[in-house]
Amino acid sequence: MDVLLNNLDLFGPFFLTTIELFALAAVGSLIFGTILAMMRVSPVPVFRWAGTAYVTVVRNTPLTLVFLFFVFAYPLLKIVDLSYFTAAVVALTVYTSAFICEVVRSGINTVPIGQAEAARALGLGFGQIIGEIVLPQALRSVVPPLISTLIALLKNTTIAAGFSVTEAGAIRQYLSERGYNQLVGLLWVALGFIILVAVLSFVQRSLEKRWSVAR
Amino acid sequence: MSTVMFDIPGPKARVRHRLLAVIGTIALAGIIAFVVYRFYDSGQFTARKWEWLQYKQVQQDLLDAVLATLQAFAAGAVLALIFGAVFAAGRLSDHGWIRGISTVIVEFFRAIPLLILIFVFYYGLPMAGVETTPFIAVVLGLMLYNGSVLGEIFRAGVQSLPKGQSEAAYALGMRKTRVMVSVLLPQAIRAMLPTIISQLVVLLKDTALGFLITYPELLYYARFIGSQGQFGRPIVPSTIVVGAIYIAMCLLLTGFATYLEKRNRRSKMHIELTDTKAKDIAEGAAAGGGAG
Repeated sequence: MDVLLNNLDLFGPFFLTTIELFALAAVGSLIFGTILAMMRVSPVPVFRWAGTAYVTVVRNTPLTLVFLFFVFAYPLLKIVDLSYFTAAVVALTVYTSAFICEVVRSGINTVPIGQAEAARALGLGFGQIIGEIVLPQALRSVVPPLISTLIALLKNTTIAAGFSVTEAGAIRQYLSERGYNQLVGLLWVALGFIILVAVLSFVQRSLEKRWSVAR
Repeated sequence: MSTVMFDIPGPKARVRHRLLAVIGTIALAGIIAFVVYRFYDSGQFTARKWEWLQYKQVQQDLLDAVLATLQAFAAGAVLALIFGAVFAAGRLSDHGWIRGISTVIVEFFRAIPLLILIFVFYYGLPMAGVETTPFIAVVLGLMLYNGSVLGEIFRAGVQSLPKGQSEAAYALGMRKTRVMVSVLLPQAIRAMLPTIISQLVVLLKDTALGFLITYPELLYYARFIGSQGQFGRPIVPSTIVVGAIYIAMCLLLTGFATYLEKRNRRSKMHIELTDTKAKDIAEGAAAGGGAG
């Protein structure tokens, strides 16, 4: 208990950074992932090809390698300078959006084709079909796997600790400098993550309950 | 072919698509050209940055690093499969207390970030007087985390089988162990094999976390060679080379999974899973678990 109470100035701000990192990367990868999914279902082959190539490459690369690239290799290319925090957000976004893309795409695929055909037969336009028919149905089946991906993202933020970002994964290092027991500190960090994951799972379950439809 | 999103294109739409294709090609080519130019301009394509690959010693060390990665992967995969099987059996048990304990353990290890687990074994255990090496810490972390996810996959596989399978087996007079071992498990594993292998791909990628606790695997070697002044600090080339090796290894495993899935679909022994939701959960777990 002492390890936690005497170091609240560590645990508080560091977990806050974790949540910030998570929120920014989540928003970024939701936007970029949706764009990628749109590319992968588009009728233009070039876009489909580019989306598939991106997803294949990123899904088969370890996140740690993506971090390594953005923190150590990217600055050498001298495009735009990124702080450690921004680099971590970029790395997490680049990685997670490939998974979000797959989730969104499979969500669109769960909508039976008859739905869209019926809508077209009724004379609805493209925007109406997407907005009123396809997306509302796709969204419902997408929520559980989408939040699973976000939970994975939350847990992945710890890797930023290895690349000079002061977030929850880095608490251990500071505790050892202050001479506290690292094992106890790590268990408190683990508990913190269990609470955060439980919150996300709760959101997942309640959304699922509210939105699930009998098909 | 009309899809959910798009109808079969008419003449106007075809022209529009062709126009978009041209614009898209130009935009993509522009982005790729810009990136390649940045690489070229910052001198990443000079021979000096790549000559490290020619040294016998470097090639040997690179191979050793790949072997270290594969070692952690093999040990982690075997242990995780065992761990998963044990706790899946626990969660399917008829005894409430075994189910309870297994559920708590599996949920616990699934909720903790893998890196924190590895830190606990590497930095935490010496505090409690237990000596560990980076290899042991990585393998234990991989076992507990991926084992829990695999356990969920096994369980979902068994639960998604048609109920008639176990009922018929009980009607024939089999005991519950026999039902599980000779009727349910073979079918569940067959149905879940692609998902299991994609989780193993995740495990393979997760071995890269060993980099953060100085386990001398592939990524660690990339960083090491990238900081060598005598080769001109080739961190960009070494990241690219190591990335290509990781992608090749993962694609080999994924290709194996696709092959099995295709073979499965042809096979007459295959049973269509009734409970698609359980399968979704398992696939969601595998997709979401993409750490490392």
